[in-house]
Parts: sequence; structure tokens; C-alpha cells
Amino acid sequence: MTGSLKKATVYVKLKDGVLDPEGKTIQKALSQMGYSEFLSVRTGRFFELEIEANGSDIDSRIDEVCSKFLANPVIENYKVEKQ
Amino acid sequence: MKVGVVTFPGSNCDYDSYALVRHVMRENVEFLWHKSTDLQSCDLIILPGGFSYGDYLRSGAIARFSPIMESVIKFANSGGLLLGICNGFQMLTECGLLPGALIRNDSIRFRSHNVYLKVEETSSAFTNAYASETVIKLPIAHGDGNYYIIGEELRQLEDDGRVLFRYCDREGNLTKESNPNGSVNNIAGIVNMERNVLGMMPHPERAGEKILGSVDGLKVFESVKAALSTLTTAGKA
Repeated sequence: MTGSLKKATVYVKLKDGVLDPEGKTIQKALSQMGYSEFLSVRTGRFFELEIEANGSDIDSRIDEVCSKFLANPVIENYKVEKQ
Repeated sequence: MKVGVVTFPGSNCDYDSYALVRHVMRENVEFLWHKSTDLQSCDLIILPGGFSYGDYLRSGAIARFSPIMESVIKFANSGGLLLGICNGFQMLTECGLLPGALIRNDSIRFRSHNVYLKVEETSSAFTNAYASETVIKLPIAHGDGNYYIIGEELRQLEDDGRVLFRYCDREGNLTKESNPNGSVNNIAGIVNMERNVLGMMPHPERAGEKILGSVDGLKVFESVKAALSTLTTAGKA
């Protein structure tokens, strides 16, 4: 028996205070292009997940995957949006 | 001494470690496939440099869940000597055997050149063959080598003397210019609390023969050999 299909998006970004050289470089480029009001850029990534929900606690399963694998809690925060 | 070098898909310094142990030191060495769980009774396990799984997700993040890693973690937790070089160091922080994390170089450039390192602690299984405060020359080749650690964890690391190697200039000064990646306190290599697990970004296995430009890395492996023979002698006594 297959469960219903759920979708979730996970956003991962570096914690505040952790250096983001890529974001810094993008900000510098923006400034050189004349967009000097963009004072800070922080980069991150997102993951679109399709999940077969078969009764088990889907929230805790997503949480587990995020903290164990998709994000490194030492340097990154994550946010889950379920659709 | 019997050394096991783990090969992950994308490892590219596994042969360098193998060649150094086998052809320079003339000791026993085996490749260990990442899908195996058998460490073949090796005395030292090396997690080599390279780009395991294409560095996808984060460097070392996927390799850290390879089947062999369960055995490697068990081995380390029971006191076995474990050396993670470059990508191997990244795996060690990812799996929590070593604290902190390795993030993008502050220059965002991939840095591939020789660096000078100060050997800060010689009372370890990995550095006992060096004279204290020696300056050595080893190659680096990485994009994510910026060692990040803060607060209490950093204080503990420093207080315990667990930083074995720091980036420095030719004279041994710990300068900003000699730090190739932005690492906290110029940290290039650290050990765990029990001092049996070393992670380092520079490549000692690529500096074991004169023809390669430096022999300064050889002493890491000679140190391990000496430490193991002491253990064996102590065991027999």
C-alpha cells in the first residue's frame, strides 16, 4: 500500500556570523554595478523533497534528514516549508 | 605496521598514501573499499584527500555515511589511529569525530600550493618524530579548508593543546598572509580529545620523497610507526 505524496521545501543557510565569501563577493559585484543600496547578501540553497507519507511521523522524519544530512548544524540553519 | 587507505568514489590521494607507505616506508598497506565494512586488522586507517561524491551537498557529507565509516568510527572510538587528510578531515568533522567545520576558503579560490606549517605539539602519535616548533613545508589543494570553530569548543581545543599544525611563514610566524584559507587561529590540523584521530588539510602523504619537493610529511607516518611499536612493546611487557 502506498501512502499519499507530500512535498516539502528545505532551505539551508549559513548561520549568522559564519563567513559567506560567496555572498560577500556577490554583494561587492552588485555595488560595482551601481546597486550600492544592497548592503549584504547571504547565500544558501534549497531542496525540494517529495515524500511518500505512509503514516509515520512525517515532520520528525523531515527534521531528522535535515539535521543529520541536509544541513550541518555546526554552521548552518534550516527551515522547512511543507506544501 | 599495517595501513588501510579507504577509497571513496572521487578519492584522488589514495594512491599517494599507498605509495608512500609501501614504496617509501616499505610497510604493509591495503586499499579498503568504501562499501566494505572490514578494516582488515589495519593499525592505521587513512581517509584520503580528493572529492568524494563530487563534494556534493558539503565536502565529505555523503562519504561520511558510506558503509565503511561505521567500522571506522567504531575503530576510532576504541582507540584506533585514524588520519583524515584534506577531504578526509572534512569527513571527520562531518561525522563528529572532530569538532568544528571546514567551510569555503575566505578567498573563494581553490588554493593549490606549498604552505609552511608550525608543528606545535609533538606529544602525539602523529607528531612524535618532529622536533618541537619545527617549521615544515607541505602542499595544500582545497577549496573548503577554512576551519571554523567558536566559543567554548575553540577554547578547549587550544587549552588541551590539540592543535598540532598551524599555517605560518617560512620563519614560523603565524601571520594572516601565511593563512591560505581563513582558518581560525591559523589552524591546519587538530586531534580529538583522546589524541588518536588527526584531521589536517595539508597533505603529508604528498611530501615523502625529495623528488616531490619535500620530505617533511614523512615524519607523520614515522611518528605513527613509532607510536605503534611502543604500544606493541608495552602490550608484550
